[in-house]
Amino acid sequence: MKILVAFCLTVAAALPAVAIDTGQAFEDPELQARYEKIISEVRCLKCQNQTIKDSNAFLAGDLRREIRNMIAEGKSDAEIADFLVARYGEFALYRPRVTGKTLFLWIAPGIFLLGGAIVLWRILQRRMTMPIDDESPEEA
Amino acid sequence: MTRFILPLIAFAVLIPVLMIGLTRNPNELPSPLLQKPAPIFELPSLTDPAQTVGSASYAKQMVLINVWATWCPGCRQEHGFLLELAEESAVPIFGLNWRDNRPDALRWLQTLGDPYVASAYDEDGRVGIDWGVYGAPETFLVDADGIVIHKHIAPLTREIWERDFVPLINEHGGNK
Amino acid sequence: MIPEIGHFALILALSLALCQGILPLIGAQRNDAAMMAVARTAATGQFVFVAFAFACLTWAFVQSDFSVAYVASHSQLALPTVYKISAVWGAHEGSLLLWVLILSAWTVAVGKFSHDLPESFSARVIGVLGLLSTGFLLFTLLTSNPFVRLSPAPPDGADLNPLLQDPGLAIHPPILYAGYVGFSVAFAFAIAAMLSGNLDQKWARWTRPWTTAAWMFLTVGIALGSWWAYYELGWGGWWFWDPVENASFMPWLIGTALIHSLAVTEKRGLFKSWTLLLAITAFSLSLLGTFLVRSGILVSVHAFATDPTRGFFILAFLGVVILGALALYAWRAPDLDSPAGFRPLSRETFLLLNNVLLVIATALVFMGTLAPLVVEVMNAGKISVGPPWFELAFAIPTIPLVLLMAVGMHSAWRAQDYRQLAGRLRVPALLAVVAGVAIPTVFYGRFGLLVSVGAVAAVWIIGAALVDPIRSWRRAAGATGLSRSMLGMSVAHLGVGLFTLGVTVVSAFNIESDQALQPGNSVEIAGYQFELRELRDVEGPNYSAIEGVIEIRKNGEIIGQVRPQKRQYLVQQNWMTEAGILALWNRDLFVALGDQLGNDTWSVRVQYKPMIRFIWLGALVMALGGLIAITDRRYRVRQRVTETSATEALESA
Repeated sequence: MKILVAFCLTVAAALPAVAIDTGQAFEDPELQARYEKIISEVRCLKCQNQTIKDSNAFLAGDLRREIRNMIAEGKSDAEIADFLVARYGEFALYRPRVTGKTLFLWIAPGIFLLGGAIVLWRILQRRMTMPIDDESPEEA
Repeated sequence: MTRFILPLIAFAVLIPVLMIGLTRNPNELPSPLLQKPAPIFELPSLTDPAQTVGSASYAKQMVLINVWATWCPGCRQEHGFLLELAEESAVPIFGLNWRDNRPDALRWLQTLGDPYVASAYDEDGRVGIDWGVYGAPETFLVDADGIVIHKHIAPLTREIWERDFVPLINEHGGNK
Repeated sequence: MIPEIGHFALILALSLALCQGILPLIGAQRNDAAMMAVARTAATGQFVFVAFAFACLTWAFVQSDFSVAYVASHSQLALPTVYKISAVWGAHEGSLLLWVLILSAWTVAVGKFSHDLPESFSARVIGVLGLLSTGFLLFTLLTSNPFVRLSPAPPDGADLNPLLQDPGLAIHPPILYAGYVGFSVAFAFAIAAMLSGNLDQKWARWTRPWTTAAWMFLTVGIALGSWWAYYELGWGGWWFWDPVENASFMPWLIGTALIHSLAVTEKRGLFKSWTLLLAITAFSLSLLGTFLVRSGILVSVHAFATDPTRGFFILAFLGVVILGALALYAWRAPDLDSPAGFRPLSRETFLLLNNVLLVIATALVFMGTLAPLVVEVMNAGKISVGPPWFELAFAIPTIPLVLLMAVGMHSAWRAQDYRQLAGRLRVPALLAVVAGVAIPTVFYGRFGLLVSVGAVAAVWIIGAALVDPIRSWRRAAGATGLSRSMLGMSVAHLGVGLFTLGVTVVSAFNIESDQALQPGNSVEIAGYQFELRELRDVEGPNYSAIEGVIEIRKNGEIIGQVRPQKRQYLVQQNWMTEAGILALWNRDLFVALGDQLGNDTWSVRVQYKPMIRFIWLGALVMALGGLIAITDRRYRVRQRVTETSATEALESA
């Protein structure tokens, strides 16, 4: 138990504090925008649920640096994602990649909407033909 | 009319999921390196910057790679056991000194003892990232073919060594 | 001595809760007046003892009694008194006691305002609440006793988490819990209806004000949490789709569906099984939220540090409660059908859409929150589901919802003619389209599809919400004006419009910049210049800090000064960021210190956040609308109650 506590202290989240990026911003605003988007979607792995953009932990800073280098080298977003996943697993990405096990997540909104439409249709069909001449309490 | 029983069924299915979930540790990250080749690297040696320490240093043997730093209380805790292990075990321990300060690290090894065959000095953390390190201490067991066969996160103790590492070492032939 | 008395008071409260839970329910079944009468008495007694225990714990904090383990872990001699008090609910054990206190307070309120209800009904409601109290008191006494002693008592405590040493966060839990726990009243009303077999329009009228009140508290509680995160956590964000945030948001979404569904049930006796299921689900999600936060099952910065054994207890409790309620539902709901109908474009149709879309939104948030857990339990690895997924998924049901909201407000019950509806909404529609183009381009210089849709929707709702109040105001004297209920509805929907406007604009036009600064340097964004004048050391009661004095100019003229700090709290040694914010009604300028890079050099993040205050303003206005609606006459006029006819309700007016 003590060991677990000691380890936890070591790995302890940097308490939420601003992560200020002091590397040079990219000259090209498109690259900078890409960089900022990517770092806002990568998890800081030793924090309690924060992005590497917002975390002050040094691991977050190291990962930002690596990502900045990769963008400067011309790597694509997919390649950067692969890099992170190969080392830290899918856990590192806040935007779950579309794979067999996450497919249900990405199609769910559409499927639910479809299901909702069917429910709506069936209820409406039924109620449309029923009487509406009942009395009721005053304005609700 | 069976639709009214659906919520009950849906919830009943959720409960075992939550129960099992309680037995897992949400903070622990399983390593994607398991059963894959260990990262190739070459870094300056901690003790002698002119020399290098890297994957070439331990090719063709089963080794432990221990990630440590002087700012890490857990590393201090496991250090004693690592010294014992260095004496007893046929598996050599290589250190990866992660995001540390060279003078501090050298002083640490001098005062507390050096269980490592050699320590690589990873000043900027780049190699640590390749190994998927997210907090010290972490210990990797790499077999003679260079495949990562186990990763332990948190300080190493004799119990954990006997329980997790020894069986795997024997299974993979160990070092003679 | 006092902690032991507090502990004993809790045990007494437990025995009273047991009586309150068991006897009235049996009494209602057997029509035994004496047993049913136990309900109110036991409820009052339970409240007295829980309040007393709570007072004992508060006393221990104020007196800095570090022989109480909970006080020693979460307080400190140098802690300002106001935070010694808020520290009572700053961690698991104390906040659980707060939960129990609020539950017993709601119960006493139900007892007090239920004299017009049939005795058997109120006995059942209070009985169910008593069973819930019993479960929570057992949980507290068996696994989370705040009065456990620590021997030897340390000379000073470990200090309250510095994040919690803040006024916003001090009142956030009580208000949030008032909401969470308040849904237990609707839940109890639902169970009582299922036990008696009677669920009619009268029942809906009784349930509505309680549900709206709980919903109100939850709205304010969540808004407070969001606002606090914004100014305290230092990164300028206001929602992260963190599991614990979602745990509070899901009951809110279902609660919103519930208050709307209750309207249909009260008016036409329709949607009874929807309303019943929503009432059960709202509180079930509250319980699930408690479980997620306190069991250690998910990773979150908000989660209480606690262990899985407690998790198993809560899971068992919520399992029993929810399975029981859903079993009752499966039994009773099939008999609830009604012969009434409605036509397309009627209010009923829109409210049905409302139910469906809100349930879809909740289901998606639920799925995203639990997906990592499910994947891990299936041994398929660990994934993360974060804002990128949630924002997209949530927008899908919500965009149609906000667009339809404006129309639904004005459609009539039973049937609605299209032309009449279009006539009423012509002006808001026109305003909305103009605003949708104007707001992004004129005020912020850039057009985008998503921001336009958002701006159109926001102005559409605001316009539609104002139609009725404006008409009523312009009406000749003597004509009937707007009932409180309708005014409340307009105001609440106005709040939604304001909220939507805030979210749309700040999401699209937020600008931020990180720079390394020394005194004398400045950085410019959005036409504002931020100059770091000096860095200095500052001492607080239990912290020491570095403060940056930053002067802000627009067009060369000084418009204000902010003082962001980096604080180190003395005992826990962690660093906190206090942001400096210069706020106007239509924009915030947000400045935070990052890292010290050199002797005199700090990294600084400056942000321009347009319309961000509308987010919390919108939420407050929503809650205000709820408050206005609760005070409608028909809830206050005493009804002659009979067990037979629903038309008796027409006597009020």
